[in-house]
Amino acid sequence: MKHARIAWAGALHDAVECEGQLLLTRSPHAGRLLSFDEVVWLPPLAPMRQARTVIALGLNYADHAKELAFKAPEEPLAFMKGEAAFIGHRALTRRPAEVKNMHYECELAVVIGRIARHVKKADAYDFIAGYSVANDYAIRDYLENWYRPNLRVKNRDTCTPIGPWLVDAADVSDPMALALQTTVNGQVTQSGNTRDMIFDVPTLIEYFSSFMTLQPGDVILTGTPDGVVDCQPGDVVVTEIEGLGALANTIVSA
Amino acid sequence: MTLIRTPQTPWQPQGTVYGTLLNFRREWDLWAPRMTQDPYKAAPQAPVLYVKSANTFNPSGELVLQDGITEVDIGATLGLVMGEDEQPEFAVLLNDWAVPHASYYRPPVKFRCRDGYLGVGSLRPWAGLDVAGLQLQVSCNGAVVQTVDFSQLKRPLAQLLADVRAFMSLQAGDLLMVGTDCLDSGERPRARADDTVHIEAAGFAPLKQTVISALNTEGTA
Repeated sequence: MKHARIAWAGALHDAVECEGQLLLTRSPHAGRLLSFDEVVWLPPLAPMRQARTVIALGLNYADHAKELAFKAPEEPLAFMKGEAAFIGHRALTRRPAEVKNMHYECELAVVIGRIARHVKKADAYDFIAGYSVANDYAIRDYLENWYRPNLRVKNRDTCTPIGPWLVDAADVSDPMALALQTTVNGQVTQSGNTRDMIFDVPTLIEYFSSFMTLQPGDVILTGTPDGVVDCQPGDVVVTEIEGLGALANTIVSA
Repeated sequence: MTLIRTPQTPWQPQGTVYGTLLNFRREWDLWAPRMTQDPYKAAPQAPVLYVKSANTFNPSGELVLQDGITEVDIGATLGLVMGEDEQPEFAVLLNDWAVPHASYYRPPVKFRCRDGYLGVGSLRPWAGLDVAGLQLQVSCNGAVVQTVDFSQLKRPLAQLLADVRAFMSLQAGDLLMVGTDCLDSGERPRARADDTVHIEAAGFAPLKQTVISALNTEGTA
């Protein structure tokens, strides 16, 4: 099942995908079908009582590491984000007027489903609720070599679109063999496959849970393959992962 | 609208917790000669921030060392809890525990985001707090090991808030830690199993945590 969270008719709703439409799953409008165009799409993540842990990976595809002139890392290069960076499908992302290089990053997002601590690779899939598509924008003008990638590059409001769906883990037979693709104004600029991750999803869950507890709803953004290019205000950027959906985003001038 | 939607006793942060690196002049000055060297290449321009994830929030009186860690940096600091109007609403004493790390090049997730690595004190109102006049006294097993003087911030509070907000919002409930100071050696005071660390400041309830080794607790359950 593909789950969404939407705003419609003055309230927030949970919905699932149903034959090309959204089926509302909770009262007072449970059972109602809506078209994709008549709702506002929110990140497909249920609210949490405490801050959601959002871990992101840098240089997790060998080709992208090479593209950025880095040696492949020997252990996962991880950084964290605040939840305010997230926005939903079909939203607007701000590009500061003075920057020269702001690029998308199409990433497989893994959403944790059970409390995870000291999880072994072989058991890791049991701890996953589902998957989504994220676009982890970076503004390279702001890169500094202090806790790099630094938050000014990676933790900007509106700069992490996620969605449209949270797809149940049971519906993704092999998350390590999914094609990824990004288009800018309809032109393919990035394509890859999750099989090319340096640290695959089970390895990442084993690694993080070896020193920290992950809660249901926590998110791991697993890095991006090569093919990142600068985007300008007005550009429509669509990041898509096979079986998970296509996440659209429009860049606006800030 | 009240900030604390789900009252918790003792209090824990509900929003995202951000920490600030290199915000005391002592540490900045010690680092200055190396800032232009590899891999840093230049002094930091924007505030250097990091996230303390929710698994670190620890209002209990104990820090349990796990997974082979035997020694931790004590990180006495002040946290600003943001209100609805994007201004600080509460202040809190924190112990921003970390695994000692000499390099500031890569993000410090495995050093700073371990379970329980943010000792959380009790809230006091922001109103009436004179941050520049604030001093934290840090003691370990009764002996003073550090005095943290908030008149020595590299970025005073108003500037820190402005420089952070220039690139990201601080939402209601988010917490910004203004930084931890080092000793003259460049290191932070450290604690090991069985040490008890107190952080005290005028106008705040003391924050006390005892460090425990998981090796000593395993098998007793």
